Amino acid sequence: MSYIPTLPAKDFTLYGETFSSRFLLGTALYASPQLMRDSIIQSRAEIVTLGLRRQNPADRSGDAIWQFIQESGCRLLPNTAGCKSVKEAVTLAEMSREIFNTDWIKLEVVGDDYNLQPDPFGLVEASDILIKKGFKVLPYCTDDLILCRRLVEVGCQVLMPWGAPIGTGQGLLNRYNLLTLRERIKDVPMIIDAGLGAPSQATEAMEMGFDGILLNTAVAKAHNPPLMAEAFADAIDAGRKAYKAGLMQKRQTASPSTPTIGQPFWHQK
Amino acid sequence: MISISLNNEPKQIAENTLLSDALMQWGFGETKIAVAINGEFVPRSTYNERQLCNRDQVDIVKPVGGG
Repeated sequence: MSYIPTLPAKDFTLYGETFSSRFLLGTALYASPQLMRDSIIQSRAEIVTLGLRRQNPADRSGDAIWQFIQESGCRLLPNTAGCKSVKEAVTLAEMSREIFNTDWIKLEVVGDDYNLQPDPFGLVEASDILIKKGFKVLPYCTDDLILCRRLVEVGCQVLMPWGAPIGTGQGLLNRYNLLTLRERIKDVPMIIDAGLGAPSQATEAMEMGFDGILLNTAVAKAHNPPLMAEAFADAIDAGRKAYKAGLMQKRQTASPSTPTIGQPFWHQK
Repeated sequence: MISISLNNEPKQIAENTLLSDALMQWGFGETKIAVAINGEFVPRSTYNERQLCNRDQVDIVKPVGGG
């Protein structure tokens, strides 16, 4: 019997769509559109995030990024980044649905400029409105259990709790909250979104039982973004395999792994 | 002429101009955009019906990289 999987399991389902990759990649902050394209390829991601911004019609600087994103064939997950009110987020989501022809939305309602912490009250209200308008909402939220329950109650079928504030690279700041979330909400896919800085942190999140990882800055700001994208992809796969395999229980005392029976040079005194 | 705001920049435009005509004048004719006026989404199917009014705040957005 072979124990080596030949292909990644296609067992990651979000809003009824199934994916092989559990890595969602952001498309901002790259030094060039080519680096973004190469990073998407190396990440093996099947979902990429993107945004909408005011632009002068003569400014074509964003065209290459948009062209590469389209060519990637990835599912698009537009965001409402920067929106500070329910009204702004709902309007931008509606603009996104029209321009990108998708009802998926990464919902962000910023509650604080310093740490870009999601506004939990605005997030629930905006999710409720958007779901009633037919959107499939993937809310960027904190690791608060009650907030996550409220989001599920209004119809969110995916949760995206933060590991740490956006762009900080701090990793999993509140393991207790995250483990509690995973323990208490077992049947909703949860993606750790934002704050990760190193592939080892992504592995840890996956080992804890989270279903996927969404990040941008850690790849885009690496010295070699495509290589870092590959490193994260491998780390996420490793963490998922470890979760499925089942981690051993930690112990306080040492226990020899090599058999003690037949130990040479041992003589009864 | 009326005064409107286009992406937070003041603009003058003829009274009763349709949004579809304004977009052509401003050079957005061929680009992939979405529009909101006074914070409300304006579906593309209504560009031919929506007349711009004095003090309208028009937001026009295009795709960008995002996280």
